Amino acid sequence: MSVFEGFRFRKVSSAIHNLDPRVKFFYVCILFVMAILFTKLLALVVLFFVPLPFVFMARVKRQWLRSLRGAAFLAVFIFATNFIFGYFYPTAFQEITPPIDTLVEYLVLLERAAAMTLRFVVLIASFSVFFLTTSPDHLGLALQQSHVPYEFCFAFTTAVRFVPVLADEAQTIMDAQKARGLELERGNLIKRVRNYIPILIPLIVNAIRRSLELAESMESRAWGASKKRTNLYSLKLKRADYLLVVVSVLMLIIAVYVWLYVPIPSLTALLSL
Amino acid sequence: MIEAKDLHFTYPTGLEALRGINLTVDDGEFLAVMGQNGAGKTTLVKHFNGLLKPTKGEVLVNGVNTRDVSVAKLARNVGFVFQNPDHQLFSETVEDEVAFALKNFGFEEVVIEKQVDWALNLLDITQYRKTSPFMLSGGERKRVALASILAWDPQVIILDEPTIGQDYQQKEKLQQFILQLNAQKKTVVIVTHDVEFVAECNPRVILMSQGKILAEGIAEKILTNQKLVAQASIVSPQITQIFLELADLGLPTDVIDVHEATKILLARLRDRR
Repeated sequence: MSVFEGFRFRKVSSAIHNLDPRVKFFYVCILFVMAILFTKLLALVVLFFVPLPFVFMARVKRQWLRSLRGAAFLAVFIFATNFIFGYFYPTAFQEITPPIDTLVEYLVLLERAAAMTLRFVVLIASFSVFFLTTSPDHLGLALQQSHVPYEFCFAFTTAVRFVPVLADEAQTIMDAQKARGLELERGNLIKRVRNYIPILIPLIVNAIRRSLELAESMESRAWGASKKRTNLYSLKLKRADYLLVVVSVLMLIIAVYVWLYVPIPSLTALLSL
Repeated sequence: MIEAKDLHFTYPTGLEALRGINLTVDDGEFLAVMGQNGAGKTTLVKHFNGLLKPTKGEVLVNGVNTRDVSVAKLARNVGFVFQNPDHQLFSETVEDEVAFALKNFGFEEVVIEKQVDWALNLLDITQYRKTSPFMLSGGERKRVALASILAWDPQVIILDEPTIGQDYQQKEKLQQFILQLNAQKKTVVIVTHDVEFVAECNPRVILMSQGKILAEGIAEKILTNQKLVAQASIVSPQITQIFLELADLGLPTDVIDVHEATKILLARLRDRR
């Protein structure tokens, strides 16, 4: 459940927490685009270090590392999938001509799988720092001020708010089933997947039940009665926000330039030099 | 026998939930763990079946250190009924739900059938054996959860907040049932806020506050000590409160049981005549 912990907002007073959520989201989207642009491991390694100053300034290093640790299982899965599919369908790579039999070709395959895994890690790392430093209330406010209909804002912020709740519930359900002798790590792969059924069914049933209860409680408090809603707080861009916008745009320009005009060598090619 | 020696537990979030608990639960004993919210009651009992492992100190169940064995192994002797039955129900029928743990523990099909019949009968839910547990009322779901634990006949039974969501009649039945289990030499541990329930059952009480044991002793001694109950943010049973109000009339202040109170009052009335 540690991956969810890495997305749970914690109230800390820091320059990053005080940034406008719209600007932080813009920055994260730029990181997202950059991660999608590049397929070379070297470029993605550089990208991995981009959100680090954010993490240190926001003092959320421990939680951020936890989100990465939580994503490790999926990262291993992505690596394995890319490697296996790359092996059987090598035509997807320009550097390799099938069949794969030389060491260099294996290394290219490994590098490609590592790059795809790192791309996923970069995405998790940047979104984690965004959610760790942005309260669901600010997130909702940012969406509303961006003229997103209130119903969608509410649905989105509620979903974000309930992620840690669901994580806690999943942990309790796991405990309850373990107390009845369920061993999640027992058996072969199919058995292990089946072991999760007693966890998933109560989790889904409870989530549906909770959403219905929430809808009833919202309606009984006159949700949606007034078409025009007012807000106590409003977001205003400050100097630090403008600075982050400039930095983000510059990052994107550099990234697009590198993508278009600078050939990034593969690690395998560098090593063979 | 369960022994906790200098038990400390800190959650990954840094919350220090238990701070040096020393406790022995003898075989066949009936123990109630009481205290305010966040006192560490559930955290303590989750150590008894190994769901949580001590950060410092140790917990021994029948002489076995809980650190050295899996939850599944400990669960064979220590049954844990969770507060919310919805955290464990997932099967299509009540019958399957009750058989779940028995299958996990590797019982033979004939034994499973026999034990399921016995548990359903014990909890008076035989008529629902082919019904989906999700279709039952809250109280009935709680009974299914209890049946699914009792089905494998564990030596120790831990019940976390067993009276929550139960109507008066169900509470009475539950009380009789727990006393019956205890009479059969089962070790029963309940975690509860319900002082009236504890007063009726009269077990040994552990009073907790801020991760420590504040006091322990017979219910009569603990629940009538006004200083202790105030420290643990609970209140004495109503009958004790009435007797305290009437202390000037020479009534005893250590009464928790309604039947005993009735006897005292009747004797007083007779004396007056």
